[in-house]
Amino acid sequence: MGQLAAFIILSAITLVATVVVVGSGNIVRSALSLVPAFLGITGIYILLQAEFVAGIQVLIYAGAITVLILFVIMLTEHGTGVRFRQVNEQVPLGMIAAGALGAFLIATFLTTPWPMATGSLPPYTASQIGTTFMTNMILVFEVTSLVLLVALIGAIVIARRER
Amino acid sequence: MQLGLVHFLILSAMLFSLGLYAVLTRRNAVAILMGIELMLNAANINLVAFNKYVAPDALNGQIFALVVITLAACEAGVGLALVMSAYRNLETVHVDEINVMKW
Repeated sequence: MGQLAAFIILSAITLVATVVVVGSGNIVRSALSLVPAFLGITGIYILLQAEFVAGIQVLIYAGAITVLILFVIMLTEHGTGVRFRQVNEQVPLGMIAAGALGAFLIATFLTTPWPMATGSLPPYTASQIGTTFMTNMILVFEVTSLVLLVALIGAIVIARRER
Repeated sequence: MQLGLVHFLILSAMLFSLGLYAVLTRRNAVAILMGIELMLNAANINLVAFNKYVAPDALNGQIFALVVITLAACEAGVGLALVMSAYRNLETVHVDEINVMKW
């Protein structure tokens, strides 16, 4: 019961912040509303006993990506960009598409019988995640680090000023 | 009423729809990237929820979610670098005005 109440509060925070992100005419307000949205999702992860993923979510999403987005807004839009029209002419079409997709997904989720398992997660998952990354998932780990390096160099090359 | 898998799935479906709406209707490329981040977060919620309720023996769902977070960071870095480059060369970040490759 307490878990359900916590879930409802966290998803209300997340959804309200997300609606502000999607609908606000001021792009700085959108970017700052990403922080409560990501923190609400962090609470959802903690409800799902994924404390390591929750910590990484705070560090990378709520910390790094939001700051990066804010910096790019400051560098491109002459500040807040409130003088510009923020939406294109596809608003009704986009509403129909997003609403139809959401309704379809929710209907599918409500009618599909999921194969529920009875086991439970280990009480502290971080050490097991580390062990799995270093044994079974070593290829995934290495390829991800390579992709990170390529993205780093690519971002520097693309954003560098041509001379 | 007990908290179950379906609650998390419905939350992620709503988040995904809102992200899709942002991608479809926003003009600013940075706002489109924010919509993509929201969609990736919805996928991550699904992965972690399925890990807890459907396959709790292994932690593969959480590991996959961590990989997705890393790739989202890569995507944000490269995408925002592209936005900076487009702004420098075309002096706009509105995707409906960037049409130099349109014949």
